[in-house]
Amino acid sequence: MSVFSASVTGARLATGFSLPVLVVLSLGFVAVPLTASPYVLEAILLPFLALSLAGLGLNLLTGYCGQVSLGSAAFMAVGAFAAYNFDLRTGLPIPVSIVLAALTAAVIGLVFGLPSLRLRGFYLAVSTLAAQFFVQWALTKFSWFSNGSPSGIIAAPVIELAGLRLDSAVGRYLFSLTIVTAITLLVHRIVSGPEGVNLIAVRDNETAAKVIGVPVLRTKLVAFALSSGIIGIAGVLWAFTYLRTVEPAGFNLDRSFQILFIVIIGGLATIRGTFLGAGLIVVFPLLLGRLSAFAFDGLIDAGLIKLIERIVLGGTIILFLIAEPNGLSAILSRLSARLRALVRRG
Amino acid sequence: MDWFELLFAAEVAVGGLLSGVMYALVAIGFVLIYKTSGVLNFAQGAMVLFAALTFVNLVERGVPFWVSVAVTLAAMTALGFGIERTVLRPLANRSPMTLFMATLGLSYVIEGAAQLIWGTQVHRLDLGISNAPFEVWGIFISTFDLVAAAIAAALVAALTAFFRFTHTGLAFRAVADDQFAALAVGLRLDRIWATVWAAAGVVALVAGLLWGARLGVQFSLSLIVLKALPVLVLGGFDSILGAIVAGLVIGATEKLAEVYIGPFFGGGIEGWFAYAVALIVLLVRPSGLFGQKRVERY
Repeated sequence: MSVFSASVTGARLATGFSLPVLVVLSLGFVAVPLTASPYVLEAILLPFLALSLAGLGLNLLTGYCGQVSLGSAAFMAVGAFAAYNFDLRTGLPIPVSIVLAALTAAVIGLVFGLPSLRLRGFYLAVSTLAAQFFVQWALTKFSWFSNGSPSGIIAAPVIELAGLRLDSAVGRYLFSLTIVTAITLLVHRIVSGPEGVNLIAVRDNETAAKVIGVPVLRTKLVAFALSSGIIGIAGVLWAFTYLRTVEPAGFNLDRSFQILFIVIIGGLATIRGTFLGAGLIVVFPLLLGRLSAFAFDGLIDAGLIKLIERIVLGGTIILFLIAEPNGLSAILSRLSARLRALVRRG
Repeated sequence: MDWFELLFAAEVAVGGLLSGVMYALVAIGFVLIYKTSGVLNFAQGAMVLFAALTFVNLVERGVPFWVSVAVTLAAMTALGFGIERTVLRPLANRSPMTLFMATLGLSYVIEGAAQLIWGTQVHRLDLGISNAPFEVWGIFISTFDLVAAAIAAALVAALTAFFRFTHTGLAFRAVADDQFAALAVGLRLDRIWATVWAAAGVVALVAGLLWGARLGVQFSLSLIVLKALPVLVLGGFDSILGAIVAGLVIGATEKLAEVYIGPFFGGGIEGWFAYAVALIVLLVRPSGLFGQKRVERY
């Protein structure tokens, strides 16, 4: 119930470009490119955008439709490798390659979503792991996917739009931001329209949904295809704009969990929560690194920090599940409500 | 197929069955917790790692074998009680999926803590069991695998006896059957959950010792959870018998597939083959081989 109400407030906030959305968009498109340092763009904003999009895709499936997937990174890998191969082998413009990559990821997602027609809950969650292992295996095993590169690591092509080379950090950032904005709007339309109601109905009570005439099987498959397609594009952004290399190793199980954590921390079935969660997940390790460098002056080595990061991350997940199951989005709602009350009073 | 090929196939199958026992051993830890608290405990692999690391570090510091076992058992029990107190109790009455995600977080915490305490280097673990193969009707069988299977069988027998003949075991079964009824007759749910998690910790110790002796004690030990999951899906999350049978089925088919199908794909198929087997069986029988049949599998 509370998840549902959170999604409703989220929808109201973003309908027809409300003020906060406009502020964020103008900051993102104008202020950030003018002021942000290359470090902020490369180390924070580019991974943040890619992971936000992946989180958005998973949230559509897990938050709205209630199907837990542990194989998100596999669809990122499918997207990245598909875009690379379409670009390499067809010479089509990059945006076309990206659309084709999204379609490829959607089809693969559809195939791995088929078990959802018969399995639920844990049985489904575990079976999505099959996608994770199969895709990673296929991409490393068949060198055709990486164009015969011996190391399996390949340089991503430079993004070119109408003769314009988006090689710089700012260029890649704006390209990424445009795609993320467009897809976020699309997802917002979907979840606040009739299809979104179907998704939530399937999540909340499958039998009841079937009784009132929701096409349950079709809705689940659409959710899987759409979610995988979006996560596929996130994979393209991750490989082409952030890392600028394409390799299967980065799309491992830990990445899948990271995307799931983004959705949990941000809040299930909220769009803005996904962005908040992704922000936390990206910034947190950097902060921890800085903090330990500052506090212990390099006495703690990098391996140790990785372990501490793991512990704190796991602890944060548990803490959020216990204390704030609706995630950062709910915290933000409360804060803004309190702020509004203060403004009204003062 | 001539006689030698047949013998070879039999040898592969037997080897697979024995490694299937090892999968089942990990899966049983899951079943214990799932049966009594409805939680799919993803942290079981991390518990295996924690137990093995604790044990091997004690032994390397010159603590006698059985004292190390006792200390590790105590540590696993403390861990079980700690988890009940800090994670399960605050999350009581929440959806099973929420609890599952909490165990995902828990696995990160335990993995990180285990390596923070005991270091990240690889340890050799020698249990004093010979690894020499011996011959039965022309088939070579590893002594270690056979001893491991015997230990696993003993563990299952002990667990079965525990469930059947002790007061606590009866309470476990009551909680597994109907939580509310169990509460209504005055069973202490919190204590039972803590005990079950401690018992799963004991299973994790046994699995950790055997797997650790085979692979070395290191981080990758916690990844055997990924080997156990298809076994669970196939056998049903709530059946010990199912875990064993599914472990054997998956162990044998995986090894046979690796030898006879793998070469067509360039090998390395063991990462996903078990999942494929489990999925195909599930499409025919959605409740697994031995799982309870319910309309909703939540």
